[in-house]
Amino acid sequence: MPKFFNSKSKQLEGEIDGYLDRVSTAGLIFQEGVKAYVNGKKDKFERTFIDISTLESDADNVRRDIKHKLYTYMLIPESRGDVLGLLETLDDIVDICEKVLEQFSIETPNIPEFLKSDFLELAELSSKTVEEVVKGARAFFREIGMVSEYVNKVHFYEHEADDVEEHLKRNAFNSKKIESFSQKVHMRYFAEKIALVSDVSESVAERLSVYAIKRRI
Amino acid sequence: MLTILFFLSSGLFLGWSLGANNAANIFGTAVVTKMIKFNTAALICSVFIIIGAVVSGAGASHTLGELGAVNELSGAFIVALAAAVTVMWMTKAGLPVPTSQAIVGAIIGWNFFSKTPTNINSLYKIVGTWIFSPILSAIFAFILFHLIKKIVENSKIHLMSLDSYTRAGLIIVGAFGSYSLGANNIGNVMGVFINSSPFKDISLAGFLNLSSTQLLFLIGGIAIAVGVFTYSKKVMMTVGSGIFKLSPVTALVVVLASSITLFLFASQGLHDLLISLNLPPFPLVPVSSSQAVVGSIMGISLAKGGRNLNFKKLGKISLGWITTPVASAILTYVALFFMQNVFMQNVFK
Repeated sequence: MPKFFNSKSKQLEGEIDGYLDRVSTAGLIFQEGVKAYVNGKKDKFERTFIDISTLESDADNVRRDIKHKLYTYMLIPESRGDVLGLLETLDDIVDICEKVLEQFSIETPNIPEFLKSDFLELAELSSKTVEEVVKGARAFFREIGMVSEYVNKVHFYEHEADDVEEHLKRNAFNSKKIESFSQKVHMRYFAEKIALVSDVSESVAERLSVYAIKRRI
Repeated sequence: MLTILFFLSSGLFLGWSLGANNAANIFGTAVVTKMIKFNTAALICSVFIIIGAVVSGAGASHTLGELGAVNELSGAFIVALAAAVTVMWMTKAGLPVPTSQAIVGAIIGWNFFSKTPTNINSLYKIVGTWIFSPILSAIFAFILFHLIKKIVENSKIHLMSLDSYTRAGLIIVGAFGSYSLGANNIGNVMGVFINSSPFKDISLAGFLNLSSTQLLFLIGGIAIAVGVFTYSKKVMMTVGSGIFKLSPVTALVVVLASSITLFLFASQGLHDLLISLNLPPFPLVPVSSSQAVVGSIMGISLAKGGRNLNFKKLGKISLGWITTPVASAILTYVALFFMQNVFMQNVFK
Protein backbone atom coordinates (compact mmCIF):
# COMPACT_ATOMS: atom_id res chain seq x y z
CA MET A 1 0.00 0.00 0.00
CA PRO A 2 1.57 3.30 -1.11
CA LYS A 3 2.74 5.41 1.84
CA PHE A 4 0.68 8.48 0.92
CA PHE A 5 -2.48 6.42 0.95
CA ASN A 6 -2.56 5.62 4.62
CA SER A 7 0.07 7.75 6.41
CA LYS A 8 -2.67 10.06 7.73
CA SER A 9 -4.76 7.05 8.69
CA LYS A 10 -1.82 5.42 10.46
CA GLN A 11 -1.10 8.66 12.31
CA LEU A 12 -4.68 8.86 13.48
CA GLU A 13 -4.65 5.21 14.49
CA GLY A 14 -1.77 6.05 16.82
CA GLU A 15 -3.55 9.11 18.19
CA ILE A 16 -6.78 7.22 18.86
CA ASP A 17 -4.85 4.44 20.61
CA GLY A 18 -3.02 7.11 22.61
CA TYR A 19 -6.30 8.71 23.63
CA LEU A 20 -7.70 5.38 24.80
CA ASP A 21 -4.50 4.80 26.80
CA ARG A 22 -5.11 8.12 28.58
CA VAL A 23 -8.69 7.18 29.50
CA SER A 24 -7.50 3.82 30.82
CA THR A 25 -4.75 5.55 32.82
CA ALA A 26 -7.30 7.98 34.28
CA GLY A 27 -9.23 5.01 35.72
CA LEU A 28 -6.06 3.61 37.29
CA ILE A 29 -4.93 6.98 38.72
CA PHE A 30 -8.44 7.48 40.10
CA GLN A 31 -8.27 4.17 41.99
CA GLU A 32 -4.77 4.94 43.27
CA GLY A 33 -5.91 8.40 44.35
CA VAL A 34 -8.84 7.12 46.39
CA LYS A 35 -6.64 4.37 47.86
CA ALA A 36 -3.97 6.90 48.87
CA TYR A 37 -6.56 9.20 50.47
CA VAL A 38 -8.35 6.42 52.36
CA ASN A 39 -5.00 5.09 53.66
CA GLY A 40 -3.98 8.54 54.84
CA LYS A 41 -1.14 9.02 52.35
CA LYS A 42 -1.75 12.70 51.72
CA ASP A 43 1.40 13.39 49.64
CA LYS A 44 0.72 10.49 47.31
CA PHE A 45 -2.89 11.58 47.00
CA GLU A 46 -1.88 15.14 46.02
CA ARG A 47 0.50 13.74 43.38
CA THR A 48 -2.27 11.61 41.85
CA PHE A 49 -4.58 14.63 41.82
CA ILE A 50 -1.99 16.66 39.90
CA ASP A 51 -1.39 13.71 37.54
CA ILE A 52 -5.05 13.33 36.72
CA SER A 53 -5.53 17.07 36.16
CA THR A 54 -2.62 17.06 33.70
CA LEU A 55 -3.97 13.91 32.05
CA GLU A 56 -7.44 15.42 31.70
CA SER A 57 -6.26 18.52 29.79
CA ASP A 58 -3.85 16.40 27.72
CA ALA A 59 -6.69 14.03 26.77
CA ASP A 60 -8.83 17.02 25.75
CA ASN A 61 -6.08 18.28 23.45
CA VAL A 62 -5.63 14.87 21.82
CA ARG A 63 -9.37 14.50 21.31
CA ARG A 64 -9.64 17.93 19.69
CA ASP A 65 -6.72 17.13 17.43
CA ILE A 66 -8.33 13.85 16.34
CA LYS A 67 -11.60 15.65 15.61
CA HIS A 68 -9.80 18.33 13.60
CA LYS A 69 -7.89 15.77 11.54
CA LEU A 70 -10.93 13.59 10.88
CA TYR A 71 -12.75 16.56 9.41
CA THR A 72 -9.78 18.13 7.60
CA TYR A 73 -8.72 14.91 5.87
CA MET A 74 -12.36 13.78 5.40
CA LEU A 75 -11.61 10.36 6.87
CA ILE A 76 -14.12 7.64 7.82
CA PRO A 77 -17.10 9.71 6.56
CA GLU A 78 -19.62 7.00 7.43
CA SER A 79 -18.37 6.38 10.98
CA ARG A 80 -16.97 9.80 11.85
CA GLY A 81 -20.00 10.93 13.86
CA ASP A 82 -20.04 7.75 15.93
CA VAL A 83 -16.27 7.77 16.51
CA LEU A 84 -16.27 11.39 17.69
CA GLY A 85 -19.35 10.70 19.84
CA LEU A 86 -17.52 7.77 21.42
CA LEU A 87 -14.40 9.81 22.14
CA GLU A 88 -16.47 12.60 23.70
CA THR A 89 -18.33 10.29 26.02
CA LEU A 90 -15.04 8.63 27.01
CA ASP A 91 -13.86 12.11 27.90
CA ASP A 92 -16.74 12.29 30.41
CA ILE A 93 -15.07 9.42 32.29
CA VAL A 94 -11.76 11.27 32.55
CA ASP A 95 -13.64 14.39 33.68
CA ILE A 96 -15.58 12.61 36.40
CA CYS A 97 -12.43 10.87 37.71
CA GLU A 98 -10.72 14.25 38.00
CA LYS A 99 -13.79 15.90 39.59
CA VAL A 100 -14.10 13.19 42.29
CA LEU A 101 -10.43 13.49 43.29
CA GLU A 102 -10.86 17.26 43.29
CA GLN A 103 -13.79 16.89 45.70
CA PHE A 104 -11.63 14.69 47.95
CA SER A 105 -8.92 17.36 47.84
CA ILE A 106 -11.31 20.25 48.63
CA GLU A 107 -13.68 18.67 51.16
CA THR A 108 -11.20 16.29 52.86
CA PRO A 109 -13.84 13.85 54.14
CA ASN A 110 -13.10 12.09 57.42
CA ILE A 111 -13.46 8.40 56.55
CA PRO A 112 -13.92 6.15 59.61
CA GLU A 113 -11.96 2.87 59.82
CA PHE A 114 -15.02 0.60 59.40
CA LEU A 115 -15.92 2.19 56.03
CA LYS A 116 -12.44 2.16 54.50
CA SER A 117 -12.64 -1.33 52.92
CA ASP A 118 -15.98 -0.47 51.29
CA PHE A 119 -14.55 2.74 49.83
CA LEU A 120 -11.53 0.84 48.48
CA GLU A 121 -13.72 -1.87 46.97
CA LEU A 122 -16.03 0.72 45.39
CA ALA A 123 -13.07 2.57 43.85
CA GLU A 124 -11.67 -0.71 42.52
CA LEU A 125 -14.99 -1.67 40.90
CA SER A 126 -15.38 1.77 39.32
CA SER A 127 -11.83 1.53 38.00
CA LYS A 128 -12.64 -1.90 36.51
CA THR A 129 -15.64 -0.47 34.64
CA VAL A 130 -13.31 2.12 33.09
CA GLU A 131 -10.80 -0.58 32.15
CA GLU A 132 -13.47 -2.74 30.48
CA VAL A 133 -15.14 0.09 28.58
CA VAL A 134 -11.75 1.16 27.18
CA LYS A 135 -11.14 -2.44 26.07
CA GLY A 136 -14.56 -2.31 24.43
CA ALA A 137 -13.61 0.91 22.64
CA ARG A 138 -10.38 -0.68 21.38
CA ALA A 139 -12.40 -3.65 20.13
CA PHE A 140 -14.74 -1.23 18.32
CA PHE A 141 -11.77 -0.11 16.22
CA ARG A 142 -10.13 -3.47 15.65
CA GLU A 143 -12.31 -6.42 16.57
CA ILE A 144 -15.95 -5.45 16.38
CA GLY A 145 -17.18 -8.91 17.38
CA MET A 146 -15.62 -8.57 20.86
CA VAL A 147 -17.40 -5.34 21.86
CA SER A 148 -20.42 -7.07 23.41
CA GLU A 149 -18.18 -9.16 25.68
CA TYR A 150 -16.58 -6.05 27.18
CA VAL A 151 -19.92 -4.24 27.43
CA ASN A 152 -21.28 -7.17 29.46
CA LYS A 153 -18.32 -6.91 31.84
CA VAL A 154 -18.99 -3.19 32.32
CA HIS A 155 -22.62 -3.96 33.22
CA PHE A 156 -21.46 -6.63 35.67
CA TYR A 157 -18.95 -4.40 37.48
CA GLU A 158 -21.37 -1.45 37.53
CA HIS A 159 -23.98 -3.64 39.18
CA GLU A 160 -21.42 -4.81 41.73
CA ALA A 161 -20.49 -1.16 42.38
CA ASP A 162 -24.17 -0.33 42.97
CA ASP A 163 -24.35 -3.09 45.58
CA VAL A 164 -21.22 -1.89 47.39
CA GLU A 165 -22.47 1.70 47.25
CA GLU A 166 -25.76 0.71 48.89
CA HIS A 167 -23.96 -1.38 51.52
CA LEU A 168 -21.61 1.52 52.32
CA LYS A 169 -24.48 4.01 52.68
CA ARG A 170 -26.49 1.71 54.91
CA ASN A 171 -23.41 1.09 57.07
CA ALA A 172 -22.79 4.81 57.36
CA PHE A 173 -26.35 5.65 58.41
CA ASN A 174 -26.96 2.62 60.65
CA SER A 175 -23.69 2.67 62.53
CA LYS A 176 -23.35 4.39 65.89
CA LYS A 177 -19.64 4.86 65.20
CA ILE A 178 -20.53 7.99 63.19
CA GLU A 179 -22.22 10.39 65.57
CA SER A 180 -22.91 13.48 63.41
CA PHE A 181 -25.58 13.42 60.72
CA SER A 182 -23.43 15.69 58.52
CA GLN A 183 -20.63 13.12 58.48
CA LYS A 184 -23.09 10.37 57.49
CA VAL A 185 -24.28 12.60 54.63
CA HIS A 186 -20.66 13.32 53.66
CA MET A 187 -19.94 9.59 53.46
CA ARG A 188 -23.06 9.09 51.36
CA TYR A 189 -21.98 11.92 49.03
CA PHE A 190 -18.55 10.46 48.39
CA ALA A 191 -19.91 6.93 47.93
CA GLU A 192 -22.24 8.29 45.25
CA LYS A 193 -19.45 10.25 43.60
CA ILE A 194 -17.15 7.22 43.34
CA ALA A 195 -20.03 5.05 42.06
CA LEU A 196 -20.82 7.75 39.49
CA VAL A 197 -17.62 6.80 37.64
CA SER A 198 -19.07 3.30 37.02
CA ASP A 199 -22.42 4.83 35.97
CA VAL A 200 -20.69 7.04 33.39
CA SER A 201 -18.68 4.02 32.13
CA GLU A 202 -21.92 2.09 31.75
CA SER A 203 -23.60 4.82 29.72
CA VAL A 204 -20.52 4.93 27.44
CA ALA A 205 -20.74 1.14 27.09
CA GLU A 206 -24.39 1.36 26.02
CA ARG A 207 -23.59 3.89 23.32
CA LEU A 208 -20.64 1.78 22.28
CA SER A 209 -22.85 -1.27 21.68
CA VAL A 210 -25.13 0.79 19.42
CA TYR A 211 -22.14 2.10 17.45
CA ALA A 212 -20.85 -1.46 17.10
CA ILE A 213 -24.19 -2.66 15.69
CA LYS A 214 -24.15 0.21 13.18
CA ARG A 215 -20.59 -0.63 12.10
CA ARG A 216 -21.30 -4.27 11.29
CA ILE A 217 -20.90 -4.95 7.57
CA MET B 1 -17.90 16.38 -42.56
CA LEU B 2 -20.77 18.27 -40.97
CA THR B 3 -23.26 15.74 -42.30
CA ILE B 4 -21.20 12.90 -40.83
CA LEU B 5 -21.02 14.67 -37.49
CA PHE B 6 -24.76 15.33 -37.59
CA PHE B 7 -25.55 11.66 -38.15
CA LEU B 8 -23.07 10.54 -35.50
CA SER B 9 -24.52 13.03 -33.04
CA SER B 10 -27.32 10.73 -31.91
CA GLY B 11 -24.74 8.09 -31.02
CA LEU B 12 -22.72 10.71 -29.19
CA PHE B 13 -25.87 11.80 -27.36
CA LEU B 14 -26.53 8.15 -26.44
CA GLY B 15 -22.95 7.96 -25.23
CA TRP B 16 -23.42 11.10 -23.18
CA SER B 17 -26.54 9.68 -21.51
CA LEU B 18 -24.79 6.35 -20.89
CA GLY B 19 -22.01 8.22 -19.10
CA ALA B 20 -24.47 10.38 -17.18
CA ASN B 21 -26.50 7.39 -15.95
CA ASN B 22 -24.01 4.61 -15.52
CA ALA B 23 -21.18 6.37 -13.73
CA ALA B 24 -23.48 6.34 -10.70
CA ASN B 25 -23.51 2.53 -10.80
CA ILE B 26 -19.73 2.47 -10.50
CA PHE B 27 -18.82 5.45 -8.33
CA GLY B 28 -22.19 6.54 -6.96
CA THR B 29 -21.84 5.24 -3.42
CA ALA B 30 -18.16 6.18 -3.21
CA VAL B 31 -18.97 9.80 -4.10
CA VAL B 32 -22.20 10.11 -2.08
CA THR B 33 -20.51 8.73 1.07
CA LYS B 34 -17.62 11.13 0.40
CA MET B 35 -15.03 8.36 0.21
CA ILE B 36 -13.86 9.67 -3.17
CA LYS B 37 -14.18 13.19 -4.58
CA PHE B 38 -16.42 13.47 -7.60
CA ASN B 39 -13.68 14.92 -9.83
CA THR B 40 -11.33 12.04 -9.01
CA ALA B 41 -14.08 9.51 -9.70
CA ALA B 42 -15.06 11.22 -12.96
CA LEU B 43 -11.47 11.28 -14.20
CA ILE B 44 -10.81 7.60 -13.44
CA CYS B 45 -14.19 6.62 -14.85
CA SER B 46 -13.65 8.53 -18.10
CA VAL B 47 -10.11 7.32 -18.73
CA PHE B 48 -10.92 3.67 -18.15
CA ILE B 49 -14.18 3.78 -20.10
CA ILE B 50 -12.29 5.08 -23.11
CA ILE B 51 -9.55 2.45 -22.73
CA GLY B 52 -12.12 -0.33 -22.32
CA ALA B 53 -14.11 0.88 -25.31
CA VAL B 54 -11.11 1.10 -27.67
CA VAL B 55 -9.26 -2.02 -26.51
CA SER B 56 -12.15 -4.40 -25.86
CA GLY B 57 -15.31 -2.96 -27.37
CA ALA B 58 -15.47 -5.03 -30.53
CA GLY B 59 -16.77 -8.31 -29.11
CA ALA B 60 -20.13 -7.23 -27.74
CA SER B 61 -20.82 -4.84 -30.62
CA HIS B 62 -20.29 -7.70 -33.08
CA THR B 63 -23.26 -9.53 -31.50
CA LEU B 64 -25.42 -6.43 -31.89
CA GLY B 65 -24.37 -6.29 -35.52
CA GLU B 66 -25.51 -9.89 -35.97
CA LEU B 67 -28.92 -8.98 -34.54
CA GLY B 68 -29.49 -6.36 -37.21
CA ALA B 69 -26.91 -4.83 -39.52
CA VAL B 70 -27.99 -1.20 -39.85
CA ASN B 71 -26.42 -0.29 -43.15
CA GLU B 72 -27.23 3.37 -43.73
CA LEU B 73 -25.83 6.26 -41.73
CA SER B 74 -29.20 8.01 -41.51
CA GLY B 75 -30.79 4.77 -40.33
CA ALA B 76 -28.11 4.40 -37.70
CA PHE B 77 -28.73 8.01 -36.69
CA ILE B 78 -32.42 7.31 -36.07
CA VAL B 79 -31.78 4.03 -34.25
CA ALA B 80 -29.34 5.68 -31.85
CA LEU B 81 -31.58 8.74 -31.47
CA ALA B 82 -34.68 6.69 -30.60
CA ALA B 83 -32.69 4.68 -28.06
CA ALA B 84 -31.27 7.88 -26.56
CA VAL B 85 -34.69 9.52 -26.26
CA THR B 86 -36.10 6.38 -24.59
CA VAL B 87 -33.16 6.37 -22.14
CA MET B 88 -33.69 10.06 -21.35
CA TRP B 89 -37.41 9.61 -20.84
CA MET B 90 -36.82 6.73 -18.40
CA THR B 91 -34.21 8.79 -16.57
CA LYS B 92 -36.71 11.59 -16.09
CA ALA B 93 -39.04 8.95 -14.61
CA GLY B 94 -36.34 8.24 -12.01
CA LEU B 95 -35.38 4.70 -13.07
CA PRO B 96 -31.94 3.23 -13.67
CA VAL B 97 -31.84 2.98 -17.42
CA PRO B 98 -30.75 -0.02 -19.46
CA THR B 99 -29.17 1.47 -22.57
CA SER B 100 -28.56 -2.08 -23.88
CA GLN B 101 -32.28 -2.76 -23.99
CA ALA B 102 -33.09 0.57 -25.58
CA ILE B 103 -30.62 -0.01 -28.41
CA VAL B 104 -31.75 -3.62 -28.98
CA GLY B 105 -35.37 -2.45 -29.15
CA ALA B 106 -34.35 0.27 -31.60
CA ILE B 107 -32.41 -2.18 -33.82
CA ILE B 108 -35.43 -4.49 -33.94
CA GLY B 109 -37.53 -1.44 -34.86
CA TRP B 110 -35.14 -0.83 -37.78
CA ASN B 111 -35.37 -4.52 -38.76
CA PHE B 112 -39.17 -4.26 -38.89
CA PHE B 113 -39.04 -1.05 -40.94
CA SER B 114 -36.42 -2.30 -43.39
CA LYS B 115 -38.13 -5.70 -43.52
CA THR B 116 -34.86 -7.36 -42.51
CA PRO B 117 -35.47 -10.59 -40.64
CA THR B 118 -34.24 -10.35 -37.05
CA ASN B 119 -31.54 -12.91 -36.27
CA ILE B 120 -33.44 -15.03 -33.75
CA ASN B 121 -30.31 -16.78 -32.46
CA SER B 122 -28.72 -13.46 -31.63
CA LEU B 123 -31.94 -12.32 -29.99
CA TYR B 124 -32.10 -15.43 -27.82
CA LYS B 125 -28.43 -14.99 -26.91
CA ILE B 126 -29.01 -11.37 -25.95
CA VAL B 127 -32.25 -11.88 -23.99
CA GLY B 128 -30.84 -14.98 -22.29
CA THR B 129 -27.83 -12.95 -21.17
CA TRP B 130 -30.09 -10.19 -19.84
CA ILE B 131 -31.87 -12.73 -17.67
CA PHE B 132 -28.71 -14.54 -16.64
CA SER B 133 -26.45 -11.53 -15.96
CA PRO B 134 -28.22 -10.18 -12.85
CA ILE B 135 -28.38 -13.74 -11.48
CA LEU B 136 -24.65 -14.18 -12.08
CA SER B 137 -24.00 -10.80 -10.52
CA ALA B 138 -26.05 -11.81 -7.48
CA ILE B 139 -24.05 -15.01 -7.08
CA PHE B 140 -20.72 -13.15 -7.31
CA ALA B 141 -21.93 -10.52 -4.84
CA PHE B 142 -23.14 -13.18 -2.39
CA ILE B 143 -19.79 -14.98 -2.44
CA LEU B 144 -17.66 -11.80 -2.38
CA PHE B 145 -19.71 -10.32 0.45
CA HIS B 146 -19.14 -13.33 2.70
CA LEU B 147 -15.46 -13.42 1.76
CA ILE B 148 -14.82 -9.75 2.45
CA LYS B 149 -16.89 -9.81 5.64
CA LYS B 150 -14.83 -12.73 6.92
CA ILE B 151 -11.57 -10.98 6.05
CA VAL B 152 -12.55 -7.65 7.63
CA GLU B 153 -13.97 -9.16 10.81
CA ASN B 154 -11.10 -11.58 11.39
CA SER B 155 -8.12 -9.50 10.33
CA LYS B 156 -8.26 -7.03 13.26
CA ILE B 157 -7.50 -4.12 10.91
CA HIS B 158 -7.99 -0.78 12.61
CA LEU B 159 -11.01 1.22 11.42
CA MET B 160 -8.69 3.93 10.06
CA SER B 161 -6.69 1.46 7.97
CA LEU B 162 -9.90 -0.17 6.77
CA ASP B 163 -11.02 3.26 5.62
CA SER B 164 -7.92 3.80 3.47
CA TYR B 165 -7.98 0.25 2.08
CA THR B 166 -11.65 0.73 1.21
CA ARG B 167 -10.90 3.96 -0.62
CA ALA B 168 -8.08 2.32 -2.55
CA GLY B 169 -10.34 -0.63 -3.28
CA LEU B 170 -13.13 1.63 -4.51
CA ILE B 171 -10.72 3.35 -6.90
CA ILE B 172 -9.24 0.10 -8.25
CA VAL B 173 -12.60 -1.61 -8.56
CA GLY B 174 -14.09 1.56 -10.02
CA ALA B 175 -11.37 1.62 -12.67
CA PHE B 176 -12.06 -2.03 -13.49
CA GLY B 177 -15.79 -1.33 -13.53
CA SER B 178 -15.29 1.62 -15.87
CA TYR B 179 -13.14 -0.51 -18.19
CA SER B 180 -15.81 -3.23 -18.24
CA LEU B 181 -18.53 -0.67 -18.86
CA GLY B 182 -16.62 0.80 -21.78
CA ALA B 183 -15.81 -2.61 -23.22
CA ASN B 184 -19.30 -3.99 -22.81
CA ASN B 185 -21.45 -0.98 -23.63
CA ILE B 186 -19.60 0.97 -26.34
CA GLY B 187 -21.40 -1.33 -28.78
CA ASN B 188 -24.69 0.17 -27.58
CA VAL B 189 -23.44 3.65 -28.34
CA MET B 190 -21.52 3.26 -31.59
CA GLY B 191 -22.23 -0.31 -32.70
CA VAL B 192 -24.99 0.70 -35.12
CA PHE B 193 -22.57 2.99 -36.98
CA ILE B 194 -19.95 0.30 -37.68
CA ASN B 195 -21.34 -0.81 -41.03
CA SER B 196 -21.76 2.77 -42.26
CA SER B 197 -18.67 4.18 -40.56
CA PRO B 198 -17.23 7.23 -42.35
CA PHE B 199 -13.76 6.70 -40.80
CA LYS B 200 -10.63 5.01 -42.08
CA ASP B 201 -7.92 3.17 -40.16
CA ILE B 202 -5.35 5.62 -38.78
CA SER B 203 -1.94 5.57 -37.20
CA LEU B 204 -1.17 7.94 -34.33
CA ALA B 205 2.41 8.99 -33.66
CA GLY B 206 3.61 6.20 -35.89
CA PHE B 207 2.97 3.35 -33.49
CA LEU B 208 -0.61 3.55 -32.23
CA ASN B 209 -2.81 1.97 -34.89
CA LEU B 210 -6.54 2.43 -34.63
CA SER B 211 -8.98 0.70 -36.92
CA SER B 212 -12.00 2.66 -38.14
CA THR B 213 -14.12 0.78 -35.61
CA GLN B 214 -11.73 1.63 -32.79
CA LEU B 215 -11.76 5.26 -33.89
CA LEU B 216 -15.55 5.20 -33.76
CA PHE B 217 -15.33 3.69 -30.28
CA LEU B 218 -12.80 6.33 -29.20
CA ILE B 219 -15.18 9.10 -30.19
CA GLY B 220 -18.05 7.29 -28.48
CA GLY B 221 -15.88 6.82 -25.40
CA ILE B 222 -15.13 10.53 -25.29
CA ALA B 223 -18.87 11.25 -25.50
CA ILE B 224 -19.44 8.91 -22.55
CA ALA B 225 -16.67 10.72 -20.64
CA VAL B 226 -18.35 14.07 -21.30
CA GLY B 227 -21.59 12.59 -19.93
CA VAL B 228 -19.75 11.45 -16.81
CA PHE B 229 -18.28 14.88 -16.14
CA THR B 230 -21.30 16.99 -16.98
CA TYR B 231 -24.32 15.11 -15.60
CA SER B 232 -23.41 12.02 -13.57
CA LYS B 233 -22.99 13.93 -10.30
CA LYS B 234 -26.62 15.01 -10.46
CA VAL B 235 -27.71 11.40 -11.08
CA MET B 236 -25.53 10.18 -8.19
CA MET B 237 -27.02 12.72 -5.79
CA THR B 238 -30.65 12.23 -6.81
CA VAL B 239 -30.75 8.44 -7.28
CA GLY B 240 -28.85 8.18 -4.01
CA SER B 241 -29.21 4.88 -2.20
CA GLY B 242 -31.66 3.54 -4.77
CA ILE B 243 -33.23 0.32 -3.60
CA PHE B 244 -30.76 -0.48 -0.80
CA LYS B 245 -28.50 1.64 1.35
CA LEU B 246 -24.89 0.72 0.77
CA SER B 247 -21.91 1.24 3.04
CA PRO B 248 -18.57 1.86 1.31
CA VAL B 249 -17.49 -1.76 1.80
CA THR B 250 -20.73 -3.21 0.45
CA ALA B 251 -20.55 -0.73 -2.44
CA LEU B 252 -17.12 -2.14 -3.24
CA VAL B 253 -18.59 -5.66 -3.37
CA VAL B 254 -21.50 -4.51 -5.56
CA VAL B 255 -19.25 -2.74 -8.07
CA LEU B 256 -16.77 -5.62 -8.16
CA ALA B 257 -19.45 -8.26 -8.68
CA SER B 258 -21.24 -6.33 -11.43
CA SER B 259 -17.93 -5.37 -13.12
CA ILE B 260 -16.83 -9.01 -13.23
CA THR B 261 -20.17 -9.86 -14.86
CA LEU B 262 -19.80 -7.13 -17.49
CA PHE B 263 -16.22 -8.15 -18.13
CA LEU B 264 -17.17 -11.80 -18.64
CA PHE B 265 -19.66 -10.78 -21.34
CA ALA B 266 -17.20 -8.47 -23.10
CA SER B 267 -13.79 -10.11 -22.97
CA GLN B 268 -12.71 -11.56 -26.31
CA GLY B 269 -9.59 -12.90 -24.63
CA LEU B 270 -11.55 -14.89 -22.08
CA HIS B 271 -13.96 -16.03 -24.78
CA ASP B 272 -11.09 -17.41 -26.88
CA LEU B 273 -9.39 -18.96 -23.85
CA LEU B 274 -12.52 -20.88 -22.85
CA ILE B 275 -13.00 -22.12 -26.41
CA SER B 276 -9.38 -23.30 -26.53
CA LEU B 277 -9.99 -25.24 -23.30
CA ASN B 278 -13.14 -26.81 -24.81
CA LEU B 279 -15.29 -25.02 -22.26
CA PRO B 280 -18.53 -23.16 -23.06
CA PRO B 281 -17.63 -19.49 -23.56
CA PHE B 282 -19.62 -16.52 -22.29
CA PRO B 283 -21.44 -14.90 -25.22
CA LEU B 284 -20.13 -11.42 -26.01
CA VAL B 285 -23.28 -9.40 -25.46
CA PRO B 286 -23.92 -5.83 -24.28
CA VAL B 287 -25.22 -6.20 -20.73
CA SER B 288 -26.97 -3.55 -18.72
CA SER B 289 -24.71 -2.34 -15.91
CA SER B 290 -27.84 -1.20 -14.04
CA GLN B 291 -29.23 -4.74 -14.15
CA ALA B 292 -25.90 -6.17 -13.01
CA VAL B 293 -25.82 -3.71 -10.10
CA VAL B 294 -29.40 -4.55 -9.11
CA GLY B 295 -28.45 -8.24 -9.25
CA SER B 296 -25.42 -7.58 -7.02
CA ILE B 297 -27.52 -5.65 -4.54
CA MET B 298 -30.02 -8.51 -4.39
CA GLY B 299 -27.13 -10.92 -3.79
CA ILE B 300 -25.98 -8.84 -0.84
CA SER B 301 -29.50 -8.46 0.50
CA LEU B 302 -29.86 -12.25 0.42
CA ALA B 303 -26.48 -12.60 2.13
CA LYS B 304 -27.78 -10.31 4.89
CA GLY B 305 -31.03 -12.24 5.27
CA GLY B 306 -33.30 -10.55 2.74
CA ARG B 307 -34.26 -7.53 4.87
CA ASN B 308 -34.24 -3.83 3.89
CA LEU B 309 -35.03 -4.36 0.22
CA ASN B 310 -37.42 -1.88 -1.33
CA PHE B 311 -39.57 -4.32 -3.31
CA LYS B 312 -41.86 -1.60 -4.62
CA LYS B 313 -38.98 0.19 -6.26
CA LEU B 314 -37.53 -3.11 -7.47
CA GLY B 315 -40.85 -3.87 -9.15
CA LYS B 316 -40.87 -0.45 -10.79
CA ILE B 317 -37.33 -1.00 -12.10
CA SER B 318 -38.21 -4.48 -13.46
CA LEU B 319 -41.16 -2.97 -15.31
CA GLY B 320 -38.76 -0.50 -16.89
CA TRP B 321 -36.65 -3.39 -18.19
CA ILE B 322 -39.65 -4.67 -20.15
CA THR B 323 -41.11 -1.38 -21.33
CA THR B 324 -37.79 0.11 -22.48
CA PRO B 325 -37.09 -2.14 -25.51
CA VAL B 326 -40.75 -2.05 -26.54
CA ALA B 327 -40.95 1.73 -26.33
CA SER B 328 -37.64 2.07 -28.12
CA ALA B 329 -38.73 -0.22 -30.98
CA ILE B 330 -41.98 1.68 -31.52
CA LEU B 331 -40.27 5.07 -31.37
CA THR B 332 -37.61 3.90 -33.87
CA TYR B 333 -40.21 2.65 -36.33
CA VAL B 334 -42.09 5.94 -36.23
CA ALA B 335 -38.92 8.02 -36.50
CA LEU B 336 -37.61 5.96 -39.42
CA PHE B 337 -40.89 6.56 -41.20
CA PHE B 338 -40.45 10.30 -40.78
CA MET B 339 -36.81 10.21 -41.82
CA GLN B 340 -37.58 8.26 -44.97
CA ASN B 341 -40.82 9.93 -46.04
CA VAL B 342 -40.56 13.46 -44.67
CA PHE B 343 -36.82 14.13 -44.83
CA MET B 344 -36.37 11.87 -47.86
CA GLN B 345 -33.33 10.05 -46.46
CA ASN B 346 -32.67 6.38 -47.19
CA VAL B 347 -32.61 4.61 -43.86
CA PHE B 348 -31.65 1.22 -45.25
CA LYS B 349 -30.02 -0.16 -48.37
